[in-house]
Amino acid sequence: MVKTTPFHERLASLNRSGLWGHWYGHLSAPKYDMSSKHEYFAIRNGVGVFDSSPLFKYWIRGRDAERFLAGVVTRDIRTCRPGQAHYTVWCDDRGYVLEDGVFFRHSESEFFLTSARPNLGYFGDLASGYDVAIEDVSDEYGVLAVQGPRSRAALAALAPEVSDLAYFDHTAAKIGSAAVRIARTGYTGDLGFEIFAPAEEALEVFDAVMDAGHGHGIRPFGEEALMMARVEAGLILIDVEFGSSRLAYTDQERFTPKELGLGWMLRGIDSDDRAFLGRDAIRREIADKTSRWAMTGLLLDWREHDRLHAEAGLITPKDPVPEPWESMLYDVDSGDQVGYATTLMYSPVLQRHIGMARVSPAYAAPDSTVHVEITIDHTYQRVPARTARMPLFRPERKTA
Amino acid sequence: MSQNTEYDAIVVGGGHNGLVNGAYLAKAGLRTLILERRQLVGGAAITEELHPGFSFTTFSYALSLLRPDIVQDLDLVEHGFLPIHMPTTFAPTESGDYLILGSDLDENVQEIRRHSKHDADAYERYEYDMSRVVHLVRPLLEKAPPDLWGTTPEDAAALTDLVSRLRGVEPKVVHDLVRLLTGSTADFLDDYFESDILKGFIASSGIIGTKVGPMSPGSGLVLLYHSLGEQDGEYGVWGFHKGGNGGLTQVMARAARAYGAEIRLDSAVETVITREGRAVGVALADGTELRAPVVVSSLDPRRTFLELVDRRELPGDLVENITRFRFQGTSAKVNFALDGLPVFPALGDQTNPYGGFVNIGPSMEYLERAYDDAKYGWYSSRPYIDGAIQSVIDPDMAPPGKHVMSCFIQYAPYHLKNGDWDAERDKFGDTVQSTLESFFPGFGDLVLHREIVTPLDIERTVGLSEGNIFAGEFLAPQMYFFRPAPGWSQYRTPIEGYYQCGSGTHPGGCVTGAPGKLASQRILRDLRDRGRH
Repeated sequence: MVKTTPFHERLASLNRSGLWGHWYGHLSAPKYDMSSKHEYFAIRNGVGVFDSSPLFKYWIRGRDAERFLAGVVTRDIRTCRPGQAHYTVWCDDRGYVLEDGVFFRHSESEFFLTSARPNLGYFGDLASGYDVAIEDVSDEYGVLAVQGPRSRAALAALAPEVSDLAYFDHTAAKIGSAAVRIARTGYTGDLGFEIFAPAEEALEVFDAVMDAGHGHGIRPFGEEALMMARVEAGLILIDVEFGSSRLAYTDQERFTPKELGLGWMLRGIDSDDRAFLGRDAIRREIADKTSRWAMTGLLLDWREHDRLHAEAGLITPKDPVPEPWESMLYDVDSGDQVGYATTLMYSPVLQRHIGMARVSPAYAAPDSTVHVEITIDHTYQRVPARTARMPLFRPERKTA
Repeated sequence: MSQNTEYDAIVVGGGHNGLVNGAYLAKAGLRTLILERRQLVGGAAITEELHPGFSFTTFSYALSLLRPDIVQDLDLVEHGFLPIHMPTTFAPTESGDYLILGSDLDENVQEIRRHSKHDADAYERYEYDMSRVVHLVRPLLEKAPPDLWGTTPEDAAALTDLVSRLRGVEPKVVHDLVRLLTGSTADFLDDYFESDILKGFIASSGIIGTKVGPMSPGSGLVLLYHSLGEQDGEYGVWGFHKGGNGGLTQVMARAARAYGAEIRLDSAVETVITREGRAVGVALADGTELRAPVVVSSLDPRRTFLELVDRRELPGDLVENITRFRFQGTSAKVNFALDGLPVFPALGDQTNPYGGFVNIGPSMEYLERAYDDAKYGWYSSRPYIDGAIQSVIDPDMAPPGKHVMSCFIQYAPYHLKNGDWDAERDKFGDTVQSTLESFFPGFGDLVLHREIVTPLDIERTVGLSEGNIFAGEFLAPQMYFFRPAPGWSQYRTPIEGYYQCGSGTHPGGCVTGAPGKLASQRILRDLRDRGRH
């Protein structure tokens, strides 16, 4: 039987589309209205709420919590101070990424992890010998992402703590009678927060947030709008840009952090006190320059894209819902395949067709030109695209 | 402020076309100066805080026809361009029912079935047929019209290119085009639909800004023109720019400045200075003289030809054509600051439907009767109203929980028979408000502030002659080859170095930016040909 989230009762009444998808065994709305584009505009111009409750959630507590995690996850968790959150991946011993998640450090000895996939077994098996207890509390909290340029103004009326909450910091707060944790995090690349509320008080929190957002254009948004925002924000997604190395059949399905554009997580990898799973392989990858891929943003040449459609007698489609389709990328001169786009979409805020892509490192320099293969009138056509550093959309308010 | 007096190009008027033109010229490397008479740029596309916390789009209020190529060419996104797609349009009927059309075709079909089962599939056919015509016509927005009387090989090639566009096009599409260009909106729509509310809603686009009723021949052209736009590739769809259309012109001004253009405010141009039939600069109202070998007027044809220059320097037939060029503005605005959202009883608690246009034009007959009043020289006793509560999807336009409502009103003829607008202003505002009250009971109680903009106000404030929002009527003899006059549709004037780039040139009004862009191409080509640049 499919599960529902702690916010479901309210969200169900707001779901005009009647559509539900499944997210790890939970009902999750692809969109609440007939067009997800308007929900997207709430994220970019007002405030939107997204139910992230199906994420897996774990408490990792104990005297050795930091030391234990530092040996497992790729980013140096020791630099994450209490009240701060770290997005990180964790790798296997060959330096391939297994999964990703966000660690919220509550105290010296307490971390809260959210991840897209279940991880109790993985972390639990590695924890033997450490003074650390890992607890799956996935069902005990509702997670409500409150995202958009008006999110701070809306939430500040409920919890003044958000007013000066820094990017990727989190704080305890009260919403009504509910003790919640509010983090300046999200998956939209915009100003935004996530509220962790005890499941039994989730509806009360939801109602308060919707009330506070009244007048700020608040509305719920579904997975489609989230996907639009995350591509503009250059945020990779498990099962799209990567999959767990542990479950891959071929090395073509495995990626290192560097190959996923996460090289920034490797700060300090050369220092001797930074030992974590996969470190040696990653060091070799860096030293020997063996990375096979680099992630890049793509900006399609709008003029050529328009021209090809016009020549075919068609209206250029500008669909903001990302296509889950791997479009091949080719060298402009030789025609050799040099990578593939993992996602293509039309970005309303950028007014361009954009994409996230995996290319040979030689093509990753910003402003390189590649050809993207798309179908126009049932024929393959190649459209020039420029590589660009991600995120392609980077509003100041995100971190300001 | 810069003390420069020498430029490569001076653009008269800082409306959207002046800004676009100036930005392209500056991008091409010309030292460009844009002169604006008022204390802010934008012309008729401005946003003003007329009541504390409430942003009013005093004149122009929505976006669809802005050319996507301009957004790209001028890197407008970099400067804050953000069009917000309208989720819905809401059209109340006179009996208390309503029609809501949104982004989902299937849902629209079901909504239309509530009013007419017959019209459900007719709507799909209409949308398809219209999009075919639009697809045929849109490329014309990207080029200057060919000069029918031109003698150069370039002119001949342009004409051949125009004719060749029709080759291979299905006869029905060409026929529909001609029916729209010459016929009435009513005739066109009657072929598809039976529902009054649906016809009234669509026909509203056939009268905007023009002194025609839906039953007048010529309204088809207006309908077609308003269908030529897009939002993100969806033809005929409208949106609001972030911060209103004033937000858009601020973006354009930033882009122009980023390319090196200088913008001077409070700088009314008195005349274009000419020497031996050449433009050499402009004189400001305060006596300042500024020099440039290229002067571009973004003002309407009457001001461009009859006011900024001495008409004795122009050929007699041009003067004659411009003198009889029809303006006869017929639109007004009444803008409201509201204490809350208007209540429409049949909607219950739903407020979603107010995210886009609120179209008070419940039938073609309603629109035609509104026109009848104007035909005989008075404003409509039950006017057509295109409302837009922009704060619903752009919360920055009003304080939380409060709203702004822009109301475009028709008909409000510039020339009132036995009356004058200054005396009628408040009575006119009351007429509009009581019309809204009849659809939204209690509307008057929500009004915190009201701004009435008559055609006379449009003329006085923006400078558009007779308050015509398109800088000249959308009538077939004033379009394309003939805009603004036969032989002068390619942005030049008889005075060398003096150009036109306003909405009185092809393709025309609405916030397209195309006149500004196409004029810049003409200017840059002329400069190249003369080897001066």
